[in-house]
Amino acid sequence: MPASHSALRDQLSFGLDSPICLTWELTYGCNLACVHCLSSSGRRDPDELTTGEAIAVLDELAALQVFYVNIGGGEPMLRPDFFDIVSYAVEHRVGVKFSTNGTRIDARRAERLAAMDYLDVQISLDGSTEEINDAVRGAGSYAAARRAMDHLAAAGFGPFKISVVVTRHNVAQLDALESLAGHYSAQLRVTRLRPSGRGADSWAELHPTDHQQRYLYDWLHERPHVLTGDSFFHLSALGEPLEGLNLCGAGRVVCLIDPVGDVYACPFVIHDEFRAGNVREPGGFSAIWRSSALFSSLREPNSAGACASCGSFDACRGGCMAAKFFTGLPLDGPDPECVFGHGERTVAEPPGSRPRPAADHSSRAVPVRLVTRG
Amino acid sequence: MSAQAAAAPSTPATFDFGRPWRLHPQVALRDEAFGALAYHYGNRRLIFLRSRALVELVRSLEHHDSAEAAVAACVPEVGRPAQRAALARLAASEVIDAR
Repeated sequence: MPASHSALRDQLSFGLDSPICLTWELTYGCNLACVHCLSSSGRRDPDELTTGEAIAVLDELAALQVFYVNIGGGEPMLRPDFFDIVSYAVEHRVGVKFSTNGTRIDARRAERLAAMDYLDVQISLDGSTEEINDAVRGAGSYAAARRAMDHLAAAGFGPFKISVVVTRHNVAQLDALESLAGHYSAQLRVTRLRPSGRGADSWAELHPTDHQQRYLYDWLHERPHVLTGDSFFHLSALGEPLEGLNLCGAGRVVCLIDPVGDVYACPFVIHDEFRAGNVREPGGFSAIWRSSALFSSLREPNSAGACASCGSFDACRGGCMAAKFFTGLPLDGPDPECVFGHGERTVAEPPGSRPRPAADHSSRAVPVRLVTRG
Repeated sequence: MSAQAAAAPSTPATFDFGRPWRLHPQVALRDEAFGALAYHYGNRRLIFLRSRALVELVRSLEHHDSAEAAVAACVPEVGRPAQRAALARLAASEVIDAR
């Protein structure tokens, strides 16, 4: 990495006056029950922000010059005021990228989305085949996502994104997923599976193997156009850094607002230990971002801990805080998927001894049962 | 996030310093301690302007008849080659455009 790039990363690690990108989960309600849902979504929370409160949050984000917000959930389109919130955002120059399972995108809504500026859509799909996708996202979810893509294409939406969480079972389908994106003139986005939310229970069976991580690193290196949300920076220890900042941005350049207005350091750490405040408190989001004790401490220079003696620390910076936290690892040590295997030896066993994700909104019905493949 | 540092090593060859330039109308600048963040609402790219001096130069472009005049007015002689190269890169990323 060029020295100047590294200097920029150091500056960003001390935090910015407002976030670069912020994730906002509009609802815990979801009509799917994916086994790896990072927010354990299912049922709406009775305390979710009202339309008026959501608009107030957007006024703050506009004042802070947050260029765009990543809207998710749950399934954000289940909120009856979804279009009101999104329209208000883009009219105030807060661009919207929203993630959806696609079930609510029919021909009419696709046309409405296509008519809006500053709006990007990410359709979640975790396999190029129904078999692989539906094992994680539930029966019928592959067909629903493809229908949504067909509607967007027919409406002339333009290049939407196909967003894939990379798992042990779909790594081999990356080429096919790239072809599918090409078929729609869509952009492919692949992100890392975290042991967050219901992922705490499925991560051990789903996360890529060491061999697959190496394959993924090479695959991404050959395809700088594939979006990753900077989520695979732990792989940069394998050699040349991947595209992006290669930085854990939690509380420094990113954060999460959850459906009830709680602000967390990143979308993958919904747990009291990483809750910085609530947007309903006096001072709102701005006060939390600028002066919460949690965010201030995250912006302090962090110790390399057990990674200090590793020559690759500067490349991976010890990896993902959320991945460490929910596998019971110390935050100043290696990532559970450290490419040199320094993390997996110390993953807390039994799983019961690890921290549990907070705010479980899973439907009372049992989530999709992970189909274990032989 | 897809981010691109403004200090890439290569300098695009074609940048017309004799023309008047401006901040691209679809770009927002947000001041930061290290310089500024630029976000292009059209192509959704986020670009880092890595010094306050560059930010001031970019903001001054619309007040000058040419990019060269803006450089002459805003940048001490010793810094001009670097800032010229930075402007050329910002043009290639559509952060600035010709008026």
